[in-house]
Amino acid sequence: MSIQPTGLRAWLLTDTPTSRHHARMAAYYQAWLSLKSNHMAMFGLGILLLLVILAAFAPILAPAAPDFQILDLRLTPPVWVSDRDPNIDGFILGSDSLGRDILSRLLYGSRITLYIVALVALIAPIAGLFVGTVAGYTGGWIDIILMRITDIFLAFPRLVLALAFVAALGAGIENAVLAISLTAWPPYARIARAETLTIRNSDYIHAVRLQGAGFIRIITKHIWPLCISSLVVRVTLDMAGIILAAAGLGFLGLGAQPPMAEWGAMISEGRRFILDHWWVATMPGLAIFTVSLAFNLLGDGMRDVLDPKEGKS
Amino acid sequence: MALAETSPKGRRKSSPFTRFLIKAGKTVMAISVTMLGLLFMTFVIGRVMPVDPVLSIVGERASQEMYDAEFIKLGLDKPIVVQFFYYIRDVVTGNFGISLRTGFPVWNDIVRVFPATMELATIGTILGVLIGVPLGVLAAVKRGTWIDQIARVVALIGYSMPVFWIGLIGLLVLYGMLGWIGGPGRLDVFNEDIIPPVTGMILIDSALARDWFIFKDALSHIILPASLLGYYSLAYISRMTRSFMLEQLSSEYITTARVKGMSERAVIWKHAFGNIKVQLITVIALSYAGLLEGSVLTEIIFSWPGIGSYITTSLLSADMNAVMGGTVVVGLVFVLLNVFAELLYKFFDPRAK
Repeated sequence: MSIQPTGLRAWLLTDTPTSRHHARMAAYYQAWLSLKSNHMAMFGLGILLLLVILAAFAPILAPAAPDFQILDLRLTPPVWVSDRDPNIDGFILGSDSLGRDILSRLLYGSRITLYIVALVALIAPIAGLFVGTVAGYTGGWIDIILMRITDIFLAFPRLVLALAFVAALGAGIENAVLAISLTAWPPYARIARAETLTIRNSDYIHAVRLQGAGFIRIITKHIWPLCISSLVVRVTLDMAGIILAAAGLGFLGLGAQPPMAEWGAMISEGRRFILDHWWVATMPGLAIFTVSLAFNLLGDGMRDVLDPKEGKS
Repeated sequence: MALAETSPKGRRKSSPFTRFLIKAGKTVMAISVTMLGLLFMTFVIGRVMPVDPVLSIVGERASQEMYDAEFIKLGLDKPIVVQFFYYIRDVVTGNFGISLRTGFPVWNDIVRVFPATMELATIGTILGVLIGVPLGVLAAVKRGTWIDQIARVVALIGYSMPVFWIGLIGLLVLYGMLGWIGGPGRLDVFNEDIIPPVTGMILIDSALARDWFIFKDALSHIILPASLLGYYSLAYISRMTRSFMLEQLSSEYITTARVKGMSERAVIWKHAFGNIKVQLITVIALSYAGLLEGSVLTEIIFSWPGIGSYITTSLLSADMNAVMGGTVVVGLVFVLLNVFAELLYKFFDPRAK
């Protein structure tokens, strides 16, 4: 992306766009340029790209299958630990209580993490967008009722509510996704409604309405596109919270079920041996921490670019 | 609420007392609606649960007559709406049923475990405020410098840390390897149940009893979990302080004060900081509410006998009365703290109109 042919670069940086598509591309490119100058955000983005690659190629990169056990080599320390038996091959990050390779489990676990994050990041903002724009555009009774419901959800302690939901629905990845989404949508509804209220009475919406556009067309074609950028920033900032919530549920045994290599569940398993075999719980925790920090760095940078009113650094 | 309808808005100036009543009425309404929503949700969750409430009371070997009698006694033969009203009545009178795990009424259990959570969250918030506020002010004043960057990274790390993991590592290093702090639990085993519970918060109780040995022990146990929670609240408080301060520092009255030749220190602490106090208290109240619920995972790691570990251990043994009761109480405290923060803002900040 960094080295552009001058023709394309000039086309993207033009002050006089020739088409709507051209203008949009130019705007994206400007945003990308200012994001690129933020080193911490780029660092976060780099980690995330690496994570996606690692997850995609996990079967090739992983030294072993995630649930392949060598019971003789249980709780082997990582390679750099001095009291490790030098005759043991592999197990770069050590092995767990069933003799499974922790590195392989981490690699496969990144797929589960990405899966959960992607699902929640799709469900919650779309639900919030839907509720918020409908409430903001229609106003009146519907607005009051929808926003009251949103406030009720917003007033709840999130983790406790997610716990109760999972308890009712049963443990498992899909239910964890559902529970986290159910507690995550209200802020998006608030944001979408606020955006809609500022757009609703603008001239171009009146113009579209006079042309005969219906309710659904106005909301989907003319209001949704304008809400997207603030939602995207919020989603990126929330990603870390989603990862931590999913890992927390996994840690409590309410998310992904064994023998799945979910990071939170791996910590919970390693907790039993923490005093003598520290690596079992430490490695997955480092993975969770790195990924959520990457999301936070990227989100923080994106907020500066896309949402200048929130105090530029 | 009748007052709210009779007084015309904005046209005639109503007396301060009337306005107070209107505000109070609206707040009470908002709390009740929110609480009703919370109760509705826990009720629905309780209904969806694949646990048969009758069976869990009478046991599997009960006769059909016993089962039917308990079924009617629990009101399960009534329409759902009526059951919901029964549920509200029970909750209002503090009757959450009997915990199947402990055998005590859920309400008594909650009263017993809640002070432990409060103690943890309070110390966490105090730590968060003591470090977070100066850090935020400093970051705003030194905006764009390396100090600002460090403050930002410190906060982002706080947001990204899985608390259950860092708690484990902290226990491993500080307790397991170095032995600097106390292990899991609120006290060493041989110190338990010596101090008579007055407030239920061991630090206060032992100070009241002037038993400094136990006080020290309790302190060595609470320091790590409270610091972890404190770090999380520090992250939030310092970011908010920074953005509030930036808003003030860019206003014109600050420039005026500087032009007048006022010392930088007075500009920052007297003028700018003086104006963000109310906003800051709101944020602190919110973060306190967040810590009360955020302590769930921390409590489990540190075997802290608070409401969080009460809810989760009950959850794992399918003790739904306890889970729902705990959820309702945590929700209520959360809502009340939110409302408290909002009220503070409305009553003490003349700009919030």
